[in-house]
Amino acid sequence: MNPLLSLEKRRKFSNGFYIVLATACFFVALVPLISILYTTILQGASALNYAFFTQVTPPIGGVGGGILNAIEGSVAIVALASLIGIPIGVFGGAYLAEYPGKFAYYVRLLSDVLTGVPSIVTGIFIYELIVATQHRFSALSGGIALGVMMIPIVAISTHESLKLVPSSIREGGLALGLSRSKTLVHILLSAARSGVITGIALAVARVMGETAPLLFTALGSQFMMTSLNDPANSLTLLIFDFGTSPYENAHTLAWGAALILLLIVLGLNMVVRAASRMKIKSTE
Amino acid sequence: MIYEIGNGSLDSIKAFGIGFLLSSDWIPNPPNGGPPILGALPSIYGSIVTTALALLLAVPVSLGVALFQTELSPRKMRTPSLFLIEMLAAVPSVVYGLWGLLVLVPFMRDYVNPQLKSTLGFLPLFTGPTTGLGMLTAGVILAIMIIPYGSSVMREVIAAVPRSQREASIALGATNWETIRTAVLPFARTGIIAALVLAMGRAIGETMAVTMVIGNVARISPSLFLPAETIPSVIANEFTEVAGNDVYLAALFELGLILFAIAFIMNLLGRVIITRLSFKVGRESFA
Repeated sequence: MNPLLSLEKRRKFSNGFYIVLATACFFVALVPLISILYTTILQGASALNYAFFTQVTPPIGGVGGGILNAIEGSVAIVALASLIGIPIGVFGGAYLAEYPGKFAYYVRLLSDVLTGVPSIVTGIFIYELIVATQHRFSALSGGIALGVMMIPIVAISTHESLKLVPSSIREGGLALGLSRSKTLVHILLSAARSGVITGIALAVARVMGETAPLLFTALGSQFMMTSLNDPANSLTLLIFDFGTSPYENAHTLAWGAALILLLIVLGLNMVVRAASRMKIKSTE
Repeated sequence: MIYEIGNGSLDSIKAFGIGFLLSSDWIPNPPNGGPPILGALPSIYGSIVTTALALLLAVPVSLGVALFQTELSPRKMRTPSLFLIEMLAAVPSVVYGLWGLLVLVPFMRDYVNPQLKSTLGFLPLFTGPTTGLGMLTAGVILAIMIIPYGSSVMREVIAAVPRSQREASIALGATNWETIRTAVLPFARTGIIAALVLAMGRAIGETMAVTMVIGNVARISPSLFLPAETIPSVIANEFTEVAGNDVYLAALFELGLILFAIAFIMNLLGRVIITRLSFKVGRESFA
């Protein structure tokens, strides 16, 4: 047999082999996604009824009940987190983009690193800082914990989208005699608006799904809260508590909450990505 | 942040010193009423084993996914494929935990573990009762969770390989795979290592999903089937049980400090490698 021909065959074979292998990797990675979506929708849908949205969580082991207090807690905590995380994050990111230098470089590096810090560490940090000094678990401390997590995420995305604004727009503002800070607020941020909003929406989706920082701050609760100083439940805490309990009814509620959470988080992600993709197309 | 957590862990550092890292006993409330005896070794061991397992499973798959998305997939499939992997990254970790506990654990118990036991049971890694809760399941779920992360960093560095590299290789008559192996991967090697380090930092800090499937037992054993614990799972599980036990609370703070240090260093290292790299190949290819 011609040795050249066999070499050719071998090359073709190994080429095909590795292409199939890489493609297979991709599909293997999708199996858990499909399985998660399938079970959550299947199990979660059976939990949805009128009581699910109008009643508070039953005691562990109890029957029936709903997740109204968890929805209330999640909304309150995430709203609080946004109040803290969005302004600080946006202005931090604007600072990084507008006043670059050695200091800004290190702040940016630190923000990158902070997004990788385990969220449970943020949880014990806020515990020591607020819960331990106030001697009570509260929705407020939970909101602060998630707000602290949001800051670097929002700052990075704001920085990235401001970097994309052409410098001619900035110069235009300065040439009209606007001060640097006015140019930033009125011209640059509005030019980068869609990127900044995308970043904020993704950050909200991200902290919405966080559990670990809430374990020792908001703590979880069976009741509706009357003020932000009360402990609060959240969708994620409910999934954790009820998912790890041995009761069938609790599992059903956990799946229901998981379905709602997935709808919100994946929904936000999809909307944002679809919108930014359309934006890219229209500017091309 | 470091100050607050360091402050919180002072009691434990005073009480146990360096022995904290080396002792494998974890007895917060000794029956004889003595002072608590706490050692972090089991949780450090659990963290290392589960993270190593996760990387072992996730790195080849992530590389495959990244190569598929950058080099191989048909143009039409590229956007949907990115989208799907992004969705995988967006699923909250507690949902992974719920799925892990109620779907993956029974699956591991009934199919994967018995199979491993009967074929590889002669290794100490695959012995003991198979309840499904344990380090192997935790490793699998961690792997699933870091695949999107690892593959997106790898995709960035692979996409940053200059076109000319690929074109030169193809012009020499190389096949697709030969181009990847000889022209793309060597160029992207440093970045792939950075992706590995970043994925490691993420896996070691992951709390909820691991806590829900690992079984939470302070024990060091070679078998991957047996329940164990990791640094974050100990903190998550025991933080609300410490009432009044100051040294115990401080010990958990010290665990948090260790975790923070490890994750911080990993992320810093990964980020620095990547920024260096982007200076090397030019900023625009990364934007």
